[in-house]
Amino acid sequence: MSLPTLTLRGFVTVLMLVALALVPQLVELTGNAFLIDLATRCVILAIAAVSLNLILGYGRMISFGHAAYLGIGAYAVGIPVYYEIYNGYLHILVAMAVSAVFALATGLVCLRTRGVNFIMITMAFAQMVFFTFVSMEEYGGDDGLVIEVRSEFSRFINLEDATVLYYVCFASLLVVLYLVKRIVNSRFGMVIRGTRGNELRMQSLGFDTFRYKLICYVIAGTICGFAGALLGNFTNFISPEMMDWTRSGELIFMVVLGGAGSLFGPVLGVSVFLLLEEFLSGLWLYWQLVFGIFLILVVLFANGGIDSWLSGRSRRSHDS
Amino acid sequence: MTAKALLSIVNLHKSFGGVAATKQVSLDIVKGEIHAIIGPNGAGKTTLVSQLAGVLLPDSGRILFQGNDITRMPAHRRPHLGIARSFQITSIILDMTVLENVLLAVQAKAGHSYRFWANSGDDASLVEPAMASLEQVGLQNQAMQMAGPLSHGEHRQLEMAMVLATNPVLILLDEPTAGMGQEDSTRMVRTLQALKGSRTIILVEHDMNTVFTLADRITVLVEGQVIATADPDAIRSNPRVRQAYLGEELDSIPSEPHAEDSMTKSPPAC
Ligand SMILES: Nc1ncnc2c1ncn2[C@@H]1O[C@H](COP(=O)(O)OP(=O)(O)OP(=O)(O)O)[C@@H](O)[C@H]1O
Ligand SMILES: [Mg+2]
Repeated sequence: MSLPTLTLRGFVTVLMLVALALVPQLVELTGNAFLIDLATRCVILAIAAVSLNLILGYGRMISFGHAAYLGIGAYAVGIPVYYEIYNGYLHILVAMAVSAVFALATGLVCLRTRGVNFIMITMAFAQMVFFTFVSMEEYGGDDGLVIEVRSEFSRFINLEDATVLYYVCFASLLVVLYLVKRIVNSRFGMVIRGTRGNELRMQSLGFDTFRYKLICYVIAGTICGFAGALLGNFTNFISPEMMDWTRSGELIFMVVLGGAGSLFGPVLGVSVFLLLEEFLSGLWLYWQLVFGIFLILVVLFANGGIDSWLSGRSRRSHDS
Repeated sequence: MTAKALLSIVNLHKSFGGVAATKQVSLDIVKGEIHAIIGPNGAGKTTLVSQLAGVLLPDSGRILFQGNDITRMPAHRRPHLGIARSFQITSIILDMTVLENVLLAVQAKAGHSYRFWANSGDDASLVEPAMASLEQVGLQNQAMQMAGPLSHGEHRQLEMAMVLATNPVLILLDEPTAGMGQEDSTRMVRTLQALKGSRTIILVEHDMNTVFTLADRITVLVEGQVIATADPDAIRSNPRVRQAYLGEELDSIPSEPHAEDSMTKSPPAC
């Protein structure tokens, strides 16, 4: 809290949060309405990435199916709205409950495997959800479904207003960041981090590591389901494409890019990812090639991601 | 099984493929003793400890702890009965601080860890016992350092602090001084000596000076079989033991064992 100990990492974190908080004002100044769309997407995906980081970064459970929860959350808005049920609290409740049940059921199976098997089986379960929604002709199947009306909360929270929607998402991100911060520093979080470091040791200390990992897996899925409900509201559209395995892969990239196992890293990762995507796609037709190379370089060399680069800098300046 | 046995091993048998690593082992561990298990490389000492800790399941036979059958109890439940172990190859959490490693051990003992909100690093009910364990092994000054970069000797001390922090009834130590320098292993012997009487310890050890300094009783294991269990003097003069294993090594052991400056290290076994 005290100013003299503000590190580069802390500085960037504060700067980022202030910038995000002021996006609507910036839009008003510049008249660039597109900016708020980008920022809303960024903030929603940041919630998803922070939740993935809880299992991937702190628990080294490399789930390649995390986008399934984005899809589940979005359909939990889209399907009720299709039946003219507009209650937003209900949407969010369904999104989180279904995500939790899905995480529990699949986690019971996935967490018995490790390494590449874990990656493959999480991906397989996510693809199962993908194909389930593809086969549901009623809800548009492959083509998806337009969400005609956004979730309704109260007269004061009208999501049809882009600024309100943005602030709801931004406030949600802050809450989720705080929640994850508490979790990773709690006794439970210590067990998760210890298990990442040495599972056999944790068991011989007396921890039923499987159960702790399962609970962590369920928490992460539930948070991401919530992000999915926001995403459905934001895009006004649901389709199985939202939970495609390439989406899960992107989420992993974002976390690794920003810094797996650091609280704020995933937010940085998502921001840089989206900005680069925007910038490069406007610049050149074959931007995906450059972007692909960039991603490979990140995976190869970003040991600890942007976050470790920031904190490494600050440590050095401390020494001098 | 004798009345005062804390741990009884009855006809324990375990083979890997065709090779029997534990052959019909029966052994009683008396409450409060330091019971050394010695034997040449590959004798099955670690295999036996792993079965007691629950990491390996025996093919047949039984393990009784305080009269209860724990043969098939999962590894993670045994610490709650008061059984703690150290590993022959150091097993700590390298990417955490020294203190955090021990905090986890205290936490394991404190009951469930389904607490998601309060900061565990600020919790005096965890930090105080953890610091006490670190002082016991002489690592209190390194508490805030990351565990990874510490020396091998310090890793072994940390491993011991984690064992002690669970406040165990029975301690399984697999070569606690393996690969340690003279100074560190002397300190480790002193730490163990201080525990004598208050804890029951099963000590797997290659260094004969350490064994004869600490042990109340010694079991000799050769090719998975117990060939003798007796007090140190009887082991020293047992002809079968001399023939099978100890031979000349024993002649160098002083009969009044303890002098620390006479300690010589045999090469670490892995
Ligand atoms: N997981 C395993 N799979 C197959 N064989 C094993 C396994 N663990 C041990 N063994 C074999 O069992 C025998 C006993 O091994 P163990 O490690 O218990 O010996 P040890 O007495 O601890 O030896 P050391 O003094 O070298 O530590 C050896 O022949 C070893 O090769
Ligand atoms: Mg061994």
